[in-house]
Amino acid sequence: MSDITINVNGKPVSGPVEGRTLLVDFLRGAGLTGTHVGCDTSQCGACVVHVDGKAVKACSIFAVEAEGAEVATIEGQANPDGSLNVIQQAFQDHHGLQCGFCTPGMVMSAAALLKENPRPSEHEIREYLEGNICRCTGYHNIVKAIMAASGQDVSAIAAE
Amino acid sequence: MPKDGGIGASTKRREDIRFLTGTGQYTDDINLRGQAHVAFLRSDVAHGRIKGIDTKAAEGMPGVVRIFTGADFEGVGGLPCGWQVTDRHGEVMQEPGHPVLAQGKVRHVGDPIAAVVAETPEQARDAVEAIAVDIEELPAVIDMKAALADDAPKVHDDLKSNLCYDWGFVEENKAAVEEAFGKAAHVTSLELVNNRLVANPMEPRVAVGDFAAHSGESTLYTTSQNPHVIRLLMGAFVLGIPEHKLRVVAPDVGGGFGSKIFHYAEEAFCTFAAKQLKRPVKWTSSRAEAFMSDAHGRDHVTKIELALDADNNFTALRTETYANMGAYLSTFAPSVPTWLHGTLMAGNYRTPLIYVNVKAVFTNTVPVDAYRGAGRPEATYQLERVIDKAARELGVDPIALRRQNFVTEFPYATPVAVEYDTGDYVATMDKLEEIADISGFEKRLAESKARGKLRGLGVNCYIEACGIAPSNLVGQLGARAGLYESATVRVNATGGLVVMTGSHSHGQGHETSFPQVVADMIGIDASMVEIEHGDTDKAPMGMGTYGSRSLAVGGSAIVRATEKIIAKAKRIAAHIMEASEDDIELKNGQFTVAGTDKSLAWGDVTLAAYVPHNYPLDELEPGLEETAFYDPSNFTYPAGAYACEVEVDPETGKVTIESFAAADDFGNIVNPMIVSGQVHGGLAQGIGQALLEGCVYDENGQLLTGSYMDYAMPRAEDVPFYKVDHSCQTPCTHNPLGVKGCGEAGAIGSPPAVVNAVVDALQRAGHTNVMHIDMPLSPSRVWKTMQG
Ligand code: FES
Ligand code: FES
Repeated sequence: MSDITINVNGKPVSGPVEGRTLLVDFLRGAGLTGTHVGCDTSQCGACVVHVDGKAVKACSIFAVEAEGAEVATIEGQANPDGSLNVIQQAFQDHHGLQCGFCTPGMVMSAAALLKENPRPSEHEIREYLEGNICRCTGYHNIVKAIMAASGQDVSAIAAE
Repeated sequence: MPKDGGIGASTKRREDIRFLTGTGQYTDDINLRGQAHVAFLRSDVAHGRIKGIDTKAAEGMPGVVRIFTGADFEGVGGLPCGWQVTDRHGEVMQEPGHPVLAQGKVRHVGDPIAAVVAETPEQARDAVEAIAVDIEELPAVIDMKAALADDAPKVHDDLKSNLCYDWGFVEENKAAVEEAFGKAAHVTSLELVNNRLVANPMEPRVAVGDFAAHSGESTLYTTSQNPHVIRLLMGAFVLGIPEHKLRVVAPDVGGGFGSKIFHYAEEAFCTFAAKQLKRPVKWTSSRAEAFMSDAHGRDHVTKIELALDADNNFTALRTETYANMGAYLSTFAPSVPTWLHGTLMAGNYRTPLIYVNVKAVFTNTVPVDAYRGAGRPEATYQLERVIDKAARELGVDPIALRRQNFVTEFPYATPVAVEYDTGDYVATMDKLEEIADISGFEKRLAESKARGKLRGLGVNCYIEACGIAPSNLVGQLGARAGLYESATVRVNATGGLVVMTGSHSHGQGHETSFPQVVADMIGIDASMVEIEHGDTDKAPMGMGTYGSRSLAVGGSAIVRATEKIIAKAKRIAAHIMEASEDDIELKNGQFTVAGTDKSLAWGDVTLAAYVPHNYPLDELEPGLEETAFYDPSNFTYPAGAYACEVEVDPETGKVTIESFAAADDFGNIVNPMIVSGQVHGGLAQGIGQALLEGCVYDENGQLLTGSYMDYAMPRAEDVPFYKVDHSCQTPCTHNPLGVKGCGEAGAIGSPPAVVNAVVDALQRAGHTNVMHIDMPLSPSRVWKTMQG
C-alpha cells in the first residue's frame, strides 16, 4: 500500500492504493462512482476518463500510473453553473441514453473525439466509438447526439 | 399537438440529468458502513462430483471473515422455479433442485461451489484461489438431442432423464394438422437453430445484503427488474424470511433485457451471509462471471413445416423444437418455449391449424431463460423464415404471399388459444413499403453490383403478445404468480403527487413517461408528479418490468389509482363549492361546476384534503391517497413489418446492414421519443443475434465465448441509422390507455429480416441452392455457404 494523489476534476484526491489497484477502482473508491465498470477485458468503455487530456479506459491503467496526473471524469463535465455541457445536453435532447450505464464513458469519449475532430461524419463517429459498447440505444441516438453537439444539422436523420 | 409533458409529447427524460452527470445510484455505487465483500469459487468443469473442499489454507489468508460451502446451506431452500409446465401426456415437468451453493455435484461451468467473505474484494478473490476442491469430472451433456439418448449421462441423478417436458400445443389439433398436411398442394420445411445468446446488460449484476439486528430486518440491494418478485421468491422459498422482515431495493439498474428478472443464488447468498455475520455483504459480478452465471437466452433447434393449398393459402403449420433449459430451471424458463412461443405461432396470418411440439432439455450449461422477446423471437424467426422459403419455392413475391394470408378481421381467434383484439397488418406493410422505399430496391441493387457487392432485401412481419395476463388464465397455464400490477398515488397537501409503481425502470424512462399520463389526466404540469419505483417498502406490490408490460399493465394501474384520486377530489370540490358531485368537471387542473363560473384550483382541493376545515367529514376520510391493482383481461398484440437491406462482400462473406426500416403498431403512444429509442435498441439486439452474437460451448461444456473478446457485441459501426415509424395505431381495446407495449418488438422482428436479406442477396447472385444459413451470419459462415 502506498498513498497517492491524483488531481481529479481540478481537485486533489488522495488515498492508499495497492500496486494492482486500477485507476477506475481508485476513483470509485473515492466516491466518484460516475465512472463505471462494465467488463474485465478493456472492451466496453464504460470507464472512459481523460488523463492529461487524453481519453483512457480507467480499467486499463493502474492508479499509481496516474499519480500526479490531471484526470477528468463525468462528474466534472457540467458547466460551472451546474447546467449540462453541450455534449451532455445533446445526449438529453436526442435521447442518447436509456439505462445510463454506458453514458459516462460515451460522453467522455465523445468529448475526446470532438476535441480531435470538431465536425466528425457519421462514419467517423461510429468508428471512434468502437471501444464503447451500449446495449440499450442501438447507437442511433448516440451518434445523432454527437453530430448535434458538433453543430451539425441532424433534422434529416430519422427522429422519432 | 399534444401538450408538452402530456400524453403524446416527446418529453425529454428527467432521469437523464443524473445519468449524464455521474450521479446515478446503481447498486455497485452503494457502499454500506462495515461491509464485507464476497468472491465465489465457481466450477471450472461442466459436470462433476465434489469429493472434497479444503478451505483451511484459505481461512488463514489476510482479511478472510468466513468461508461458506454447500454444507452451510443444507437447511436452506433451493432457488424456486416460477412456472410449472404440464406436458402432452398430462404430466408435470421434471423439476430439479437448485441449491444456492453446489450440493454434491456441479452441473455447469460457473456453478458456485463456495463463497469467501473478506474485508476487501481483492482479499476475497485471493482466498478463493487458495481453496482446494477435489472434483471427479463426469461426462457432460451439451448437445440437446444427445442429452435425450437412453444412455446419456444425467444432469440430475434424481430425475428420470434429461427431458424436462415434452409439450404439445394444441394437442387436440394434432390429428387434424396431420390430415391437412396430407392434403397440401405444397409443403415447405426448414430446419434451423435459434442461436444461444447472452443478454449482456452493460451493468453486471450486484447484490448487497444487510441485516439490522435491532429490528431483525434484512435488506437486499440488487440489480433487479422486479424487486417485489425477488422478495417473494427469496423470502418465502429460499431463506424463510416473511415480507415484513425483508426489504428489496433495486435502485438505478443498468439494463436488464430479461436477465435481471430472475432470482439468483448470489442474492440469496448475500442476504443470508449478512444475517449470519451481522454485517453488510457485497458481491459485484465481473463480466466473466456474468457470462457464466447470468441466465442465457434462446437456444432452440427447430424443424418447421408449412402447408399451402393450390392457391398459396396457408392451411397448416407444425413445428418440433428442442429447447435448452441448461443445468437448472431458472425462474421463468419453462414458460419461454411453451406459452410465450407456441401461442405466437399463428403470427400475422390466417393459418387454421397449428401444432407445436417442444421438448425442453437439461444440459450441462448455464440455465436459459427469458431474453428480450422471450419465445416470441423464436416463433417469429421460424415462421417468417419458412414463409420466405415457401415464396422462393413457389416463385411468388414474399410480400404478396404474406399479404394474401394476413389476418384482416378483428377480433381474431387463432388456433393457438389467443385472441388478437386489434391490428391492421395491411397498414403496417403499406407503411413499411413506403419508408423502406421497397420499389427503389432494383436501383440500389444495380449500384451495389457496380461496386462489386451482392445486395439483398429481406422483409418480414411479426406479432407479439405483451402484458401477459389475466392472472386466472396464467395460473391455469402453470404460472406460480399473478401478473397484475399495482400503483399507489399519493397527493400531497400542496398538490404535488408521488406515484409509487410496481413497474421498474432500467432504461425505459418511466420517470418521465408515467408522469405524462398522470399530468394529462389531471391537467397539471408533469413536473408536479414524481415516480417512485424499485423499493418494496414503497410500492405495495409489484410484478416488475418485462414482457413489454410496464405501460400496458403498470400504466393502467396508475390510471386506475389516479381515477380514484380524481373521484375523491371531485367529491371534496363538490362539498366546498356546494354543488352536486355530478356537476363537477376537472380540466387543466381546475375544478368547475357545470353551468356556473365557480371554480377551485387543484391545490385548493388537495389542501382541503389535509386541512379538512371545510370538508365532508361525515362522508369522506381526510387525505388523498389511493391504491389500485390492475389485472388485464387479455394480452396486448403489437405488430409490424420490418425490412432490411444488406450488402455482402463476395470476397470475404462479410455482411453489412445498408438500411433497416421498421413500421410498428403499438396502439396509442405516450412518448414517441422513448418509443423510438426502445425500437432502436431492440433492432441492434436483433441485428446482433443475426450477424454477430452466439454463445458457444465445446463438447466438454467449456464456455468458449466468455468475454467481449470472443462474444461479439454489436458496436456502433455494425448498425446503421434506422428508419422507424409508429404512425399506424390501432389502440388496444381492453386497457384504459389503449397501449400495446414496445420494448421487445425490435428484437423480435429483426432477425428474420436480416437472414431473409442475406439469403436473397446470395440467391440473386446465382447461389440458387442456398435456402438458409444459421445465425450468426458471420463472414466465415456466409463465405463457406457461397463456396457451395
Ligand atoms: S470497464 Fe473499462 S473497458 Fe470495460
Ligand atoms: S444506455 Fe444502457 S448501455 Fe447505453
